Amino acid sequence: MILKRFFQTLRLGVYSLLLHKLRSGLAVLGILIGITAVIWLVAMGEGVSYQAQQQIKDLGATNIIVRSVRPAQQGSSASSGLFLEYGLLREDFDLIVSNIRRATSDVLEQIVPLREIKKEARRHDLNLDVRVVGCTPEYLDLNHLTIDRGRFLTDSDNNPPENVAVLAAEAAKSLFPLENPINQTIQIDADFYRIVGVTEDRDPTAAIGGSLDSQDYNLDVYIPLATLRARIGDMIFTSRSGSREGEIVQLSQITIGLKDLTYVDAISEIVRKIVLEKHPNKDVKVIVPKELLRQAALLRMMFNVLLILIAGISLVVGGIGIMNIMLATVTERTREIGIRRALGAKRRNVIAQFLVESVVLTGIGGGLGVAFGFLCKPTINFARDLVMEISPETANTLPTTILELQPIIAPWSIIASLLISVGVGLIFGMYPAYRAANMDPIEALRHE
Amino acid sequence: MSLALRVEELAKHYVLKSETVRALRGVSFDVPEGDYVAIMGPSGSGKSTLLNLLGCLDQPTSGNFFLRDVSIAQLNDNQRSEVRAAHIGFVFQSYNLIPQLTVVENIEVPLYYQGNLAPDQRSYCKQLAEMVGLGDRLRHRPTQLSGGQQQRVAIARSLANNPYFILADEPTGNLDSATTHDILSLFESLNEQGKTIVIVTHEDEVASRVKRVIRLRDGEIDSDTRN
Ligand SMILES: Nc1ncnc2c1ncn2[C@@H]1O[C@H](COP(=O)(O)OP(=O)(O)OP(=O)(O)O)[C@@H](O)[C@H]1O
Ligand SMILES: [Mg+2]
Repeated sequence: MILKRFFQTLRLGVYSLLLHKLRSGLAVLGILIGITAVIWLVAMGEGVSYQAQQQIKDLGATNIIVRSVRPAQQGSSASSGLFLEYGLLREDFDLIVSNIRRATSDVLEQIVPLREIKKEARRHDLNLDVRVVGCTPEYLDLNHLTIDRGRFLTDSDNNPPENVAVLAAEAAKSLFPLENPINQTIQIDADFYRIVGVTEDRDPTAAIGGSLDSQDYNLDVYIPLATLRARIGDMIFTSRSGSREGEIVQLSQITIGLKDLTYVDAISEIVRKIVLEKHPNKDVKVIVPKELLRQAALLRMMFNVLLILIAGISLVVGGIGIMNIMLATVTERTREIGIRRALGAKRRNVIAQFLVESVVLTGIGGGLGVAFGFLCKPTINFARDLVMEISPETANTLPTTILELQPIIAPWSIIASLLISVGVGLIFGMYPAYRAANMDPIEALRHE
Repeated sequence: MSLALRVEELAKHYVLKSETVRALRGVSFDVPEGDYVAIMGPSGSGKSTLLNLLGCLDQPTSGNFFLRDVSIAQLNDNQRSEVRAAHIGFVFQSYNLIPQLTVVENIEVPLYYQGNLAPDQRSYCKQLAEMVGLGDRLRHRPTQLSGGQQQRVAIARSLANNPYFILADEPTGNLDSATTHDILSLFESLNEQGKTIVIVTHEDEVASRVKRVIRLRDGEIDSDTRN
């Protein structure tokens, strides 16, 4: 009964709108553009934040990373003359382990110390700048690396220290372009290392908001940490702007892997306390990916608020368009309003009639807007392919965020869009409908 | 015989800035059921004003007006809408059909506002269209019809809610004499079936074919005669 009435009103509304196809179409267009914009912007925002979250998750949300940082150079007053000594110590590692064990038992999945140094690796006449990473066997799992050929380092490689190495994919390809690297040797400084394995390609992680530099794993050479200490030592020379400088660093990083996300906050508290005590001069920093995730979520929320603001403005503009059309319609149909009132229409019947019309307009706009919203992904991929094809140089200058952006259409944005478009119809249709309802029926009947 | 309308000292004053126009100055008359009345009078005598009051489109300044035994004068806008929807059938000079609706749909409009849409209303409205001789034009739009045909649709529409009386405002004013004759015949046959009809008109031809003529002058009844 009520439903039937509603459908009758709806049909009438559609009829009347079809009478002015162009005008109705333009009004719909205003809403359509607004809604499409909402969905596209949200989809891109979700895509970007998903990327960021993935990158942080690659670090491991259950991990705590403690890293040595080179302090800012303080002119000639470098503490120990020629050598700058900073960063994590082996005793820090033991201290952290014992402190964690004492605080809560059985929360550690693994704890991995490592030392990394830029070196030149040589083989016959080939040489390559690599990152030598001294680590323990757990490093493989911790960084989601997989073995392509051979094996990774084992505990027995560390004790006693063996001269063995595992190459990353790119390093293997460069140093052994033709043959199988397994059981071949490479030279670093004066020492020779036997290759026991090769890892598979891994996408580099991006830099995360100043907390961590981007990491490219593909030019790594992994050797046992004990071997690194024995063969290369803590002391290294670097040539900076002509003059040679020395650094003494015991460990570059300690990665603490916890068994559960819930331990992260408490354990990071403990670690921070130790670091603050032992390294008050800020040559060690603690990075907690879980906290970065929280920050990313906050950033995403702020981004969404901004989007809603922009979308809100465009929808208000669309809504004003609707109001304009509806006012014109009401004036044009004054006579019809008079007739309907004479035949017994109450004020609220008239209001309902015009509100339905404006909601139909905005609803269609919203529906089409959602439909166009779904074109977001194909359109962006198409545009990107086009740029790549026409000028690959320009494409290469684009940040990876854009190159790898995959928009994600959020279900909530679709539901919100449809609700908002109906809401815009109601709000901006209200005044014209009231105007129609408050006409004097006698005047309206006399209207030409 | 029971009364369709009873008008008691009905007055309507329009208050303007400089003066008060007394369009109706206390008019009283009864219309029994089945009567067929023409309201006549010179321009400005108050015919349209009276018609708006009888049609429950306006509120009187003073006096009272009964539809059967329901007092109308003090009703509010909503209640007057209900009375119009349930008990009054309107026919206008300029037909006043809704252009985007078809013939049957136009006839259905009063039923829609009456609030009780019977499931067989469509066939009922088709019957009404057939009765006024437009059974073969159901799907036409008003612009596809002649003036006489449009007025027939309007008459069918005025019957849809089975009203207490039909109120016609110069229904033949836009029609030629042959069509006027047809429309008056239609009214006559409706009246013979017992419908009460009140027509506002200028035309003597109309006045000569009704049962009773009320003449207004300066907002008062000048004469009230039966043919
Ligand atoms: N809304 C109004 N405001 C002010 N004065 C009005 C209004 N409507 C009618 N009048 C005045 O009331 C008087 C009666 O008008 P009414 O329209 O009833 O005459 P009428 O008999 O219908 O005339 P006509 O035959 O020309 O249509 C006139 O003097 C008119 O100016
Ligand atoms: Mg008049």
